[in-house]
Amino acid sequence: MEKGIVLKVENLNVELEGERILENLSFEVKEGEVLTILGPNGAGKSILLKTLLGVLPYKGKIEWTPPTHHPEKIKIGYVPQRLPFIKDIPMNVREFFKLKGALENEIRGILKSTGLKEDILEKRIGDLSSGQFQRILIGWALISSPQVLLFDEPTTGIDIGGQESVYNLLEKLRKEKNLTILLVTHDLSIVYKLATNCLCLNKKMLCYSTPKELTSERLSQLYGGEIKFYQHSHE
Amino acid sequence: MSNQFLFSLISGIFIGGAAGYLGSLMLTKRMALVGDALGHVALPGMGLALLFGLDVSFGAFLFLLLGILLIWLFEIKTSLPMEALIGVVFVASLAVGFLIVPEPEILEALFGDISKVSFEMAIASVIFSFLIFLLVNRIYSKMILASISEDLAKSEGIKIKKENFIYLLSIAAMVALGVKIVGSLLVGALVIIPAATARNLSKNLKEYYLGSVVLGILSCLFGSLLFNFTGFPAGPLIILTSTFFFLISVIFKR
Repeated sequence: MEKGIVLKVENLNVELEGERILENLSFEVKEGEVLTILGPNGAGKSILLKTLLGVLPYKGKIEWTPPTHHPEKIKIGYVPQRLPFIKDIPMNVREFFKLKGALENEIRGILKSTGLKEDILEKRIGDLSSGQFQRILIGWALISSPQVLLFDEPTTGIDIGGQESVYNLLEKLRKEKNLTILLVTHDLSIVYKLATNCLCLNKKMLCYSTPKELTSERLSQLYGGEIKFYQHSHE
Repeated sequence: MSNQFLFSLISGIFIGGAAGYLGSLMLTKRMALVGDALGHVALPGMGLALLFGLDVSFGAFLFLLLGILLIWLFEIKTSLPMEALIGVVFVASLAVGFLIVPEPEILEALFGDISKVSFEMAIASVIFSFLIFLLVNRIYSKMILASISEDLAKSEGIKIKKENFIYLLSIAAMVALGVKIVGSLLVGALVIIPAATARNLSKNLKEYYLGSVVLGILSCLFGSLLFNFTGFPAGPLIILTSTFFFLISVIFKR
C-alpha cells in the first residue's frame, strides 16, 4: 500500500517581530518517515518546529493529514529543546505527566517504552540527570498516543553517549508506535543513520533530499565553509 | 473570646488560606513582588472607601481593576517593560493614596485592622476567599504548564490570554481581601511568604500547594491570637508569624 502524506508544507513564511525567520519553505513528509532538519544556529529550525506545531503565526500552507489507519484528527507530540524554568517548580515526574492528563496505566506504559523504571515517578524533576530528563520529555510527548513526534535536539547538557541512546530510543519508538518523526539536529551522523529525508535550513530551504544526496558541497554551503559534525554551541 | 474576635479569626483563616494557594502559583510564575505592588495600587481606593464609610476591600478592588487597566494600556502605548509600568502606577497610587486616606485611618490602611470585622464582613470574606480558591483551582495546572513553557501549553490547546486574565483577576480580588487583614504595605507578604516557605519544605507539587495553604492559614491564626494576647496590631504580627515559619523552613530545607 502506498504510504500517505502526513504533512504538506507549501510556501511557508514566518515573520517574528518584523524579522523574516523562514522563507518560502515547501516540503512533504510521508507516514513513517524521519525528516531531519539541519542548519546552523539561528537558522530557524526550532521556529519551524513550533510553527508546524501551530503555536506561531505564519503565512502559506501547513496541512496535516492523519495517517490512513488513524481516522481521527492528527495528534502531534512535541519534545522542546529545553525547559529552563521547570526546575524552579517542586514537582515530581508523575505530576509532570498528569499535567497533560495522563492516567496511571498510560504512565506505566510510557515508562516501559522509554526504558525508565517506575521509581522515577516519585523523583523531583530538578533531581533528574539530563539524560533521564530528556527521556521524560519524550515520554511526555507520547502521552495520548500522537502519530507524529516533533523532536528538538538540545544543544547542550547531554553527553554524546547519552544522545546516542536517545536516538536509538527514537528509532525503537518509531517502529513500535508507527510514528512519523521530524527531528531537529546538529549531528550529521544521526542524519545518515536515521533519516529518510533531510531538509537543510538557513532561513531559506537550501536542500531537501535523501541523506545520500547530501553532498559535502551542500553542507559547506549550509554551514558556511567548514563542516562541523558536532555543533554544540548555544543558540 | 469575643464574637468580634471570632469573626476576625474566621476571616483571617479563609483569606490566609486562599492567599497561600494563589501565592504558590505567583511564585512559580516569578511574580513574587506583584502582590506588593498591587497592595499600593489599592491604597487610594481604600482611602475613598474610608472617607465614604464603605468596605475597604470594595474600594481597593475598584482601584486595582483601574490600576491593572492602566498598566495594560501603558503596555500597549509604550514599549517599556511591564515591571517599569507597574513601578510607575504603584508609586503614583501610593502618593495619591497618602493624600486621600484620612489622617486617623492612615495606619489602618497601611497595616490593616482586624478589630472591626463584622459578621457580614466575615461572611463576605469566607465567600470571596472560597471563590478565589475555586478560580485558582480551575487554572492551576494550566498555569503551571504555561510557566514551564508557553509553547507546550499552547500546543495542549491552553488559551494563555484567557487563563492569564482569570489569574490577574484572582490576584486583584486576593489583594483587595488581604488589605483588610494586613493592610496595603504587607499584603504582598501575606501572599508570598507561605509559598516561599512551602517551596523550601516540599518535594512535589501537592506538598507545595497544600503546604502554602496550611502555612497561610496558620500564619493568620497564630498572628491573630498573638494580637488578642498582646494588643499589638494584627497585620505585622501575622506577617512576622509567617516570616518565623519561613526561617524555620530555611533550617529544614530539603
